[in-house]
Amino acid sequence: MNLVRLKGVPILQQLHLEERLLRKSSDNWCIINDGTHDPTIVMGISGKPVELLEIDPVLQDELPVIQRFTGGGTVIVDQGTVFVTFICNKDAVPGLQSYPRPIMSWSSLVYQKVFQGIGDFSLRENDYVLGNHKFGGNAQSIIKNRWLHHTSFLWDYEISNMRYLKLPKRTPEYRQARGHLEFICRMKDYIPRSNFIDRTIDAVGNHFLVRSMELEAIKYPSGTKFQPSSRLLRKQELEEAEFDSRTGVFINGLLRSLDLCSLVNREYGIYNFSNFGHGWNE
Amino acid sequence: MALRLWASSAANALRVSTAATASRPAFSLLRSFSTAVEGLKYATSHEWVKHEGSVATVGITDHAQDHLGEVVYVELPDVGKTATQGTGFGSVESVKATSDVNSPISGEIIEINSKLTENPGLINSGPYEDGWMIKVKPSNPSELGSLMDAKQYTKFCEEEDASH
Repeated sequence: MNLVRLKGVPILQQLHLEERLLRKSSDNWCIINDGTHDPTIVMGISGKPVELLEIDPVLQDELPVIQRFTGGGTVIVDQGTVFVTFICNKDAVPGLQSYPRPIMSWSSLVYQKVFQGIGDFSLRENDYVLGNHKFGGNAQSIIKNRWLHHTSFLWDYEISNMRYLKLPKRTPEYRQARGHLEFICRMKDYIPRSNFIDRTIDAVGNHFLVRSMELEAIKYPSGTKFQPSSRLLRKQELEEAEFDSRTGVFINGLLRSLDLCSLVNREYGIYNFSNFGHGWNE
Repeated sequence: MALRLWASSAANALRVSTAATASRPAFSLLRSFSTAVEGLKYATSHEWVKHEGSVATVGITDHAQDHLGEVVYVELPDVGKTATQGTGFGSVESVKATSDVNSPISGEIIEINSKLTENPGLINSGPYEDGWMIKVKPSNPSELGSLMDAKQYTKFCEEEDASH
């Protein structure tokens, strides 16, 4: 497995690199990015800003919003986030089927070793937790003969950044309706940062023969044309999403006030304004 | 040793996954096998194709949907694009993963299942019926000869699951 250690690389650049290595390389890779420079919101492939974000403060504070190529939820990442990514051929791990749960389960074995004797680590549904608190979020991309599993670890976070994120509609059961701050924890309360990275590399070494590689060696491969799908959302897209959300609220309010809801429903069927941020599916 | 390790870790994964999959039909957690339908052809990457005259309908198999988990999002190509045998034409999102879906047959995509936008779970509840993904006008029907029939595919899945 090729090990690439990065520090402070912008998350969009990291995602582009990962997707290119997944689709164009035939090697196994472990990428560790120790923090990303600017606070950035990163949504999964199907994420809708109006459902996941408090768009007004995002626009006011000009926070970048990225849609990534993997599944899963929304995170806000910054210098306090440590990223670890595995990119593997489907037969890289003996006996492992390249489906979401087996890959997730294998990854938890790696981190169980990292946190041995340090904290009450486990995989709860699809999150890494210490006790009952999430500190690592996972996402994957699986293609025909390869898979990618990446994790954003909350070594530290800014409480003020939580205001940019709505409570997601789809949450794990163990969350039990807890707010952001009651649900997550800081890894720095358990392990020094460099220690976590070193122990992760050691744990990976239990599964693979690891060789270090510099980013420069893989940054500009010759002859490979590739268009990554992770992208930065334009300000206009966020503004339109916010406008649609408010329009939906307004129309909902107007129809309710005019007592037209049941009339519209009878004549035209169920109207779904959930895409505008406030559902009419009661 | 590796198989014992994965059996143990798979058992743990199933325990922690059960809560997350509570919304899936209970029977899917109790089944020990997946269904292959007679009359369809199957790819090793777990897609099926139903060839009827000049139209081939494509989707993912019951085995695939069972292993992927609840499908929450489907990405489909535009009508008019070309599908190539063995190459991805779209993707599904389940759990925390996006998974490529590969076409078992080449040809022009003439229809996509737009119901999957609002109801991606149709892939779980009816992978061979309402959960179809694309319809293709085959450019080379002889490609079907390289695919498996239901019996062969069932055996393939059993062997694949047994080896992991």
